[in-house]
Amino acid sequence: MRKFTIRLAGLAILAVGVLPVSAAAAAERGRDGHVSIIYWQAPSILNPYLSGGTKDIEAASIVVEPLARFDASGNLTPWLAATVPTLANGGVSADLKTVTWKLREGLRWSDGSPVTAADVAFTAEYCRDPAGGCSQLARFDDVTAVEALDDLTVKVTFGVPKPYPYGPFVGATSPILQKAQFGDCKGARAPECTDANFGPVGTGPFRVTGFRPNDVISLEANPHYRDPAKPAFATVTFKGGGDAAAAGRAVLATGEFDYAWNLQLSPEVLKGMAAAGKGNVVSSFGTLVERLVVNLTDPSPGRGEARSTRAHPHPFLADRAVRKALSMAIDRKLLVEIGYGQAGRPACNVVPAPEIYASKANDDCLRQDVEGAKRLLDGAGWRPGPDGVRQKDGVRLSILYQTSTNAVRQDFQALIKQWWSDIGIETELRNIDASVFFGGDPGSPDTYQKFFADIEMYANNFEGADPESYLGAWRCGNEPRPASQWQGENMPRYCSEAYDRLLKEMAVTGEISERARLAREMNDLLVQDYVLIPLVHRGRVSAHARSLGGVRLNTWDSEIWNIADWHRAR
Amino acid sequence: MIEAVPVRRLLERHVVRQFMRHKGALLGFAFLVFILAFVLLGPLIWTIDPQFIDIRARNSGMSLAHPLGADQLGRDMLARLMAGGRASVAVGAAAMLLSLLIGGLVGLLAGFVRWLDGPLMRLTDLFLALPLLPLLLVVILLFRESLRAAFGPEAGIFILMVAVMGITGWMQTARVVRGEVLTVKELEFVAAARSVGAPEHRIAGRHVLPNVLSPIMVSATLGMANAIITESALSFLGLGFPSDFATWGRLLFDATDYLQQYPGRVLWPGLAISLTVLSVNYIGDGLRDSLDPRSRSMHSGSL
Repeated sequence: MRKFTIRLAGLAILAVGVLPVSAAAAAERGRDGHVSIIYWQAPSILNPYLSGGTKDIEAASIVVEPLARFDASGNLTPWLAATVPTLANGGVSADLKTVTWKLREGLRWSDGSPVTAADVAFTAEYCRDPAGGCSQLARFDDVTAVEALDDLTVKVTFGVPKPYPYGPFVGATSPILQKAQFGDCKGARAPECTDANFGPVGTGPFRVTGFRPNDVISLEANPHYRDPAKPAFATVTFKGGGDAAAAGRAVLATGEFDYAWNLQLSPEVLKGMAAAGKGNVVSSFGTLVERLVVNLTDPSPGRGEARSTRAHPHPFLADRAVRKALSMAIDRKLLVEIGYGQAGRPACNVVPAPEIYASKANDDCLRQDVEGAKRLLDGAGWRPGPDGVRQKDGVRLSILYQTSTNAVRQDFQALIKQWWSDIGIETELRNIDASVFFGGDPGSPDTYQKFFADIEMYANNFEGADPESYLGAWRCGNEPRPASQWQGENMPRYCSEAYDRLLKEMAVTGEISERARLAREMNDLLVQDYVLIPLVHRGRVSAHARSLGGVRLNTWDSEIWNIADWHRAR
Repeated sequence: MIEAVPVRRLLERHVVRQFMRHKGALLGFAFLVFILAFVLLGPLIWTIDPQFIDIRARNSGMSLAHPLGADQLGRDMLARLMAGGRASVAVGAAAMLLSLLIGGLVGLLAGFVRWLDGPLMRLTDLFLALPLLPLLLVVILLFRESLRAAFGPEAGIFILMVAVMGITGWMQTARVVRGEVLTVKELEFVAAARSVGAPEHRIAGRHVLPNVLSPIMVSATLGMANAIITESALSFLGLGFPSDFATWGRLLFDATDYLQQYPGRVLWPGLAISLTVLSVNYIGDGLRDSLDPRSRSMHSGSL
């Protein structure tokens, strides 16, 4: 609630700052005319419950809204709800099994009818229908009942204690649908309701006037939107298709569009486009971290069936000093500069965000320390051999370093190889086609789960803003192994009692600040044990025209979550 | 036999003379020699390590320190071009020779020995029907680790790659050669040779083979170009050499992302690949002309 008021106050200041003279004129809906948005992947449907695609979910977020969503820094913010229910305000029950949401008063659908708790309950019913094939069913995991207590109150009951109950009705993937419109579209009939799926009635700042699947959406300001002064734009064109380079050019170089989404382009290319001066490149950081994963077990082919399993510890990576030296030798700032530019920043944590979850204990990794790494290895008894490669008791520090095929990753490999050779560690590089590497085929020796190498590199993140299940990956017993058909997420084969204890504690802790502390401690264990070596915190890059104001890029929710606040900067 | 020696010497002299007369072949030969000198002797003069990263020099243009500039990580392009050439030419030549050997032999046998024709051609069909990529995946799956352990990552992959390309690249040659052999062996001079009692292997080697050399040469030149390209495709899929090991194909592939900003980086390896392939092509052309017994009889009836 506090966050929300601060946000509102901030917006008020912004609005006043932009239009200092006639605040009355500013308060007029649709005053700024037209805005055009380009997504290089075209939306094919506007019902997020029938599509897993980001492009569809984000396009729909202009029209339909959830009870609460994440703001640009990953904090939960009430949206259609009056407040976010917590243990402290009594919205979440003490046994962590029920959560009670209260709707704002006076909300109206874009057709003028009132929004009620029945609509919320219906949305749950719609998605949970077993015949419906709802794409967002995971949001309703463990939900046993959703009941409307009165017109504005809805209670969600879970079958098990849910320390983090913000799955249903939170974020762009779980908005509220209108019961009147979708009432006949449940279950197997869901995909047949073309009119509803292509033009849902919503509570958002705009409503659909025309939808051509895989091409373009036309929208106009919603006359019943809750804030009479918003949105500033009267109409929106949402164009889909093309590729990232063309979309970037359309905003940055030619100025045909006002906003372009997710520009996965090399820093050099983006810089060239931005030089035209028509628009700004903006970036925002979620939880995606490019990291090195250290294999704590022996991957040598001689181990046969027990290869890369906990039966045999790694001949030299089991030594923490070696792992630490590997991390110390890396210049993360240079990696960012070469590979990601504005879309990255050096990372020292595997849980880099939201802010309260991010540890500050590991920031010394930002400094490359080749001499320190050498001293560390000397101290641990690893001495340079005749060929310059360090060794101890006949074991040479020779690493096989694998990753997926990707130009940036191969550049990283080459750089890191050189740094490691500077401290006396030999590296052999291997790159594997991404569909094989991430394919998870238990028959292939080249998957990242099998990890028949010493070091591997890839990026990973977590959905939403709570890292519990993400951190659960590194619990003892979750490692891929023959008995689990090589499934599992604990790639480094990490096994720590202290870590598992923290994980168990998190599973029964409902207080957000407590959860954040636990997450930070687990992150520190992983990073300070050097089983995961974070490299780059990767962000999302989008672009908007210079004349478009109010854009606050958000990687936790829909990118255009605050389109109601967008306006023409003068 | 005593008389055969001067005849052979005459023949050799004639072939060389014919070859020298072919301007394209001469030029191609000169260029190939140049390329070989460049990739084999060049590194002795230009001693920068092709894998060394000089990060301050990244994306730099032509300069004294880096005559062809440096790539996106600051690796010297000239050194990489030399190292890459060595790998690409070696892979190309070795794979070409292997597929030529298998293809030529299978084609000759199938065309010449009647009872072998059916089985060998069905074998060719079988190999043609094999999908290359899955085959490669399986082969690499089976043999990569053991070859890597025995010869190291680079030599191991080299052997694997040459073997796979040789084994999957001979079928076209075999088919073309068989067809030619079938035609040639019915010609009068073969019948004449047979009538004076020449043994079959002599007829195959001495009379038929020189006459089918031209299609073999053509497929050889194509094979070499193909091998260089296949190598880069394999590296792209992660089945080839390690990513920091320079080959022309990989240089080309890495540079395509920077085509607009630094066209030179695509230009040099691209030029090297196409000129090498072209020169091999011309040499093949010249060799065919000078080896072809028909052209021989046309130009100097005295033999």
